[in-house]
Amino acid sequence: MNSPASATPAYDATPPKSAGGIDWLFLIAVLAIAAALARVIYYTPFEAVQGPAQKIFYLHLPAALCAFMAFGVVALAGIGHLWLGDLRLDRAAESSAEVGVIFTTVVLITGPLWARPVWGTWWTWDARLTLTLFLWFIYVGYLVLRGAIDDRALRARYSAVLGILGSLLIPFIHLSVYLFRTLHPRPIVIKPSAPSLPPEMLTTLIISFVAFTLFYIALVRQRYRLAAERDLLELEEGR
Amino acid sequence: MAPSTISAALLIARKDLAIEFRTRTAFFSAAIFALLGIVIFYFAWDPTAVAPVDLAPGVLWGIFTFSGLLGLQRSFGIEQADRAIDSLLGAPIPRESIYLGKAIANLAFVVAVQLIAIPAVQLFYGVPLLEHAGTLAIIALLAAIGLVAVGTLFSAMAVNTKLAEMLLPVLSLPFFVPVVIPAAQATARLLAGRPTDELVGWLKLLIAFDIVFVAACTLAFPYTIEE
Repeated sequence: MNSPASATPAYDATPPKSAGGIDWLFLIAVLAIAAALARVIYYTPFEAVQGPAQKIFYLHLPAALCAFMAFGVVALAGIGHLWLGDLRLDRAAESSAEVGVIFTTVVLITGPLWARPVWGTWWTWDARLTLTLFLWFIYVGYLVLRGAIDDRALRARYSAVLGILGSLLIPFIHLSVYLFRTLHPRPIVIKPSAPSLPPEMLTTLIISFVAFTLFYIALVRQRYRLAAERDLLELEEGR
Repeated sequence: MAPSTISAALLIARKDLAIEFRTRTAFFSAAIFALLGIVIFYFAWDPTAVAPVDLAPGVLWGIFTFSGLLGLQRSFGIEQADRAIDSLLGAPIPRESIYLGKAIANLAFVVAVQLIAIPAVQLFYGVPLLEHAGTLAIIALLAAIGLVAVGTLFSAMAVNTKLAEMLLPVLSLPFFVPVVIPAAQATARLLAGRPTDELVGWLKLLIAFDIVFVAACTLAFPYTIEE
């Protein structure tokens, strides 16, 4: 195999665009989240058994889906970076990982808040809870690794390796913890047959998911700009 | 894979094991650490409430994980002195054989610690581990391959970071989860005298992990080298 290091250019020449002015996408995303929350609170019926506690589901599931999407982006950008040696892909991975950790944190906070009244316990070693907790550990480790390397090209390569291995690990953690019995609600939306959620609840969920996805993209875009400015600064300082 | 890759890997493994055999520092500290762990864990539980037979598998695999980390930390750490890694990288051998050689040496290290820890658990906890020596050896080897495959790669990465050996457990432990859970569960089934069928699922999981991560880490290793 050829030395992969030689394929990695030090920095891509295109200077990042200035992030001045209002970030309209971010504004729209925040408004979308507000609108989705308003619909969740005022225009969506209570679930018959769980009552108001169930409404946290409209935050919990979209956050979980966005976290998975974020970590998927980390792995794909990592593969792309190792292949093309483009630092823009590394910045995308970095941004997506950070936002993914935030969304995973949201999942880990909203889950116990719901579980306490409904299951009667804050935490249980259920398969999906354990998987989410380990996702959090893997990608917090990813951020720690990034912070521990000064050399920009090396940081990009190591992060790509960990991002790819992390995505390979997820099915194994899932399988090994799944063999413990699971308490988590069966999938009611993402499953082979039609979603078994009443239409108004499903609409709220979809609105919420779209809002969260917009928010994810807006956050990653912001974070990417920050990473680009930092890289530019480091380049100018000649580090 | 070319035969030269394998023979170069074996040469590197022999070099590492010769260093370890002559100094014995890492092995002794790992073995003593394992024995200490076994003793301390025994007192961490009330033996009248938790039977040693229920405790032993968890202790065994907890100990292997942490004592394995001791050996893995040294793996690329010894190459840092006088930049010895540069002569390895300058050698006309594929990069993959450096990884495989290091991994083989680490595997020998972990297996050697297991050979001390397993009889010690049998002795101190009074559980019949050695009656199932054959099956236990398969579980232990499959798990050791998984631990070492991932740990060797992360060891190569950790030495080039500011945190050095501090980073290795943070990176490795999440990856050890799908190894430790099946290994501990299979050992527990074994000790409980359950039929072999109940072990098969866990063993398959270990085999799948080994195949995926030995391949992925071998491919990823050339990217972790700092020129």
